Amino acid sequence: MKEPAITQEIVAGHQLTPEEYGRILEILGREPTWTELGIFSVMWSEHCSYKSSKVHLQHFPTAGPGILQGPGENAGVVDLGDGLAAVFKMESHNHPSYIEPYQGAATGVGGIIRDIFTMGARPIVLLDSLRFGPLAEPKNRYLMGRVVAGISGYGNAVGVPTAGGEVVFADCYSHNPLVNVLCLGIAPVDKLFFARAGGIGNPVIYVGAKTGRDGIHGATMASETFDEKSEERRPTVQVGDPFREKLLIEACLELMQTDALVGIQDMGAAGLTCSSCEMASRGGTGVEIDLRLVPRREEGMSPYEVMLSESQERMLLVARQGAEATVREIFAKYDLDAVVVGRVTGDGMMRVRDGERVVVSIPAKALVDDVPVYDRPRARPAWQDEVQRLNIAEIPLPRDYGDILLRLLASPTIASKAMVWEQYDHMLFLNTVVGPGSDAVVLRLKGTERGIALATDGNGRYTFLDPFTGGMIAVAEAARNVVASGAEPVAMTNCLNFGDPTRPEISWQFAEAVRGMAAACRALQTPVTGGNVSLYNETMGQAIFPTPIVGMLGILSHISHATTQAWKDAEDVVVLVGETREDLGGSEYLKVCHGLVQGRPPMIDLETERRVQRFCLEAIRAGLIRSAHDCSDGGLAVALAECSISNPERPMGVEVSLAESIRPDALLFGESQSRIVLSLREADLKQLGEIADRHGVAVRPIGRTGGPRFICRGPGFHVNLPLTLLDQAWRGAVPAYFGRR
Amino acid sequence: MKFGIIVFPGSNCERDCQWVLRTVLGQEAELIWHKERDVEGYDCLVLPGGFAHGDYLRTGAIARFSPVMEAVERHARRGGLVLGICNGFQILCEAGLLPGVLLRNASLSFICRHVHIRVETTGTPFTAACTAGQVLRIPINHNEGRFYADAETLARLKGNDQMVFRYVTSAGEISGEANPNGSLDHIAGVCNEQRNVLGLMPHPERAAEALLGSTDGRLLFESIIGSGHVLSSIRR
Repeated sequence: MKEPAITQEIVAGHQLTPEEYGRILEILGREPTWTELGIFSVMWSEHCSYKSSKVHLQHFPTAGPGILQGPGENAGVVDLGDGLAAVFKMESHNHPSYIEPYQGAATGVGGIIRDIFTMGARPIVLLDSLRFGPLAEPKNRYLMGRVVAGISGYGNAVGVPTAGGEVVFADCYSHNPLVNVLCLGIAPVDKLFFARAGGIGNPVIYVGAKTGRDGIHGATMASETFDEKSEERRPTVQVGDPFREKLLIEACLELMQTDALVGIQDMGAAGLTCSSCEMASRGGTGVEIDLRLVPRREEGMSPYEVMLSESQERMLLVARQGAEATVREIFAKYDLDAVVVGRVTGDGMMRVRDGERVVVSIPAKALVDDVPVYDRPRARPAWQDEVQRLNIAEIPLPRDYGDILLRLLASPTIASKAMVWEQYDHMLFLNTVVGPGSDAVVLRLKGTERGIALATDGNGRYTFLDPFTGGMIAVAEAARNVVASGAEPVAMTNCLNFGDPTRPEISWQFAEAVRGMAAACRALQTPVTGGNVSLYNETMGQAIFPTPIVGMLGILSHISHATTQAWKDAEDVVVLVGETREDLGGSEYLKVCHGLVQGRPPMIDLETERRVQRFCLEAIRAGLIRSAHDCSDGGLAVALAECSISNPERPMGVEVSLAESIRPDALLFGESQSRIVLSLREADLKQLGEIADRHGVAVRPIGRTGGPRFICRGPGFHVNLPLTLLDQAWRGAVPAYFGRR
Repeated sequence: MKFGIIVFPGSNCERDCQWVLRTVLGQEAELIWHKERDVEGYDCLVLPGGFAHGDYLRTGAIARFSPVMEAVERHARRGGLVLGICNGFQILCEAGLLPGVLLRNASLSFICRHVHIRVETTGTPFTAACTAGQVLRIPINHNEGRFYADAETLARLKGNDQMVFRYVTSAGEISGEANPNGSLDHIAGVCNEQRNVLGLMPHPERAAEALLGSTDGRLLFESIIGSGHVLSSIRR
């Protein structure tokens, strides 16, 4: 096949600027070949290079006790003790999921799982953080239905349980849903593997599925904004095969039991290109491969297509010389290809041959380490003051607070998502002590007394209204969820979903949110071990809410500390931890009941947050706490209602009296931070008070559990509803949109 | 007792079964790769849950041709115990070792949650430790769990007391609401005429430890262990 000559149009079509192209000419000292241009295009894409975000990400704390691997590898690694390590990371698959929701979500799951077992860990859990437009729109129901089906179809069949996550709805996600997937695996601390090509002369081996034409330029596609023609890009979305991936997991983990393996990396975004040059760059070596040897499932593929294909379920590995037969034997057991396609070299070059013809010869470091880095112009948007302005005196007080509570419980963001997670296998591997639907998922660690907790969180509306505060709250709330489940937060991963970074206001949002997150990470001592940046989340010039999603990992020193949000017994005392202020800005209540996305998000004091979390954890560890629930979307009233109805097999009412002399709607539905609802036996109240005093935390008994009704009274309001009504509103809302009972 | 757990490519509950049998119940339990043709020396074979061969065709349609299946059939014909859980149940139906088929759930979506099933007969080696009519709380986890059989087969199942488990409410009552997948006659598990092969959609291994919410599933394994149904004593 004749390769096209490189013209300005072709360069622009590869999403490279004239300056970037100039740099390529400088690096090579000549014009790139057609294939080389494609390679620079994907490796220097936002998706692979982080060129617009790097300058900000460096503010994250990334080290700390127990952190074995920070950012820069396939995933972060945290020491869990007893010779075990947690390997975890979160990744976005937003763009493909809008174009083809089933496969987009499915391959998102497949991709993050590969990042985990690549490091020698058996993947044991997935969490999904999803954002969609309002369900009243048929298109959004279609997107949500197909994304959930894709996660279910792939995750269940690949054999990794999906045990947690969240689903949130807002107008801005209508044309740009977010699909962020977190995977965690467990590995022996002394058996971790890294993506490094070492040992000159060692064989480079291609394993897994054959290469086809799917997903070519997926990474570049994920680095652009969308327009009305985006759906024509369906061919850039890959097709997943969970069965093949399951075999790949088993074969790779079996291979890792031998001493054959030197380095390994999955072929995700930018496929063979990214895996080969990144392994060479990290190993300080070069790699030479012959494309004629690459297993293919289509005929007549050009070198360009083979190098840029994003066909799924493929890995590239470097084995010890002489161990080729061992590798082949293990993969043959699973009927998978394992083909030597090249060698590790000492000259630092990524050299690709098509038979005798050299089609690529680029210094590997130029593709990975010498990428352009941009400190994009930043500017606080002109409209920021406008959206922050809120005179709550102008907000009319509701007449019927019970009616407001029912409306909030039926708001899809707050309502039960059982319809979603019942489609996921969330019990496989027999670790799930607390499954989906509570504050965090809790897994036991077999062979130890301990457990881990994981939560995802991130409020786009807060971050839109005030990126710095929104960033802080995303971290604080995820940590609070983990604490309420009985675990100590130890490290986090994240997905940063933002708009077009070449627009100064988006760049400002990004910088501010990262600054807020970093401050909270330092205050709560939860370093960042890695993550993913997804920019260009815009369709027709309309950006999504800036949405940083945090995936927080916590450790339970004893699995018996696992705590859920549901009341346990009648006549327990209900205690509110923390202070309630007139925080209505950015609340779900303002949005649902007054149609406003307005005001400043609730303020957060990180020192108070830290003390509340320390207190709660100590009380749980002392065995005092029967239930714990973070107070967040929908405020105190919604939190109390969820504690009453979230266990379908054991609904239990509550009677609460509140005395605060603030606006009743703020008291009931405001989203003041650093608050947790606890229940405990009356006899334990005194000891709880002592622990609270020691931590300088405000705790107040506000009522008692029991009975068939939800009763909440205070100055100017009296809500008294049967639990059945609350339950119908909360449990029925999401299924109703899908025509289910 | 010695258990053999068959591992098809795409199976994923084999380690869970092994964990419960070994660690929780202290039995011998080994994994057997589907390419094996010899399964001598096991008292009970378990076909675990998962997606054998990807289940891209009808569930179990390819797995029945796995090399190991001839040996499973021989074991069953000789009177050895065979337990098929979820995907294992689907495979045993495809292989003709159990009557009926498993169709797509009536809701057309995958379902993972706890359900209640009632023990319809204690006259099997898999339920001998239960009491008649006992209600068990055990999770299901499937996309194709709607049991179906023609009228004649169904009549025979009833006549021979082969309906082993049915979906019920927590109070033990038959009701449409309590049937999670639309199974014919609320059937959750059946055995063969010889009563040595059982298939069920719920996952008893997921209900074997209090920490995970239920221990009701242990009754099945304890029944098997208590049955004294040791193959070596039957064979010769």
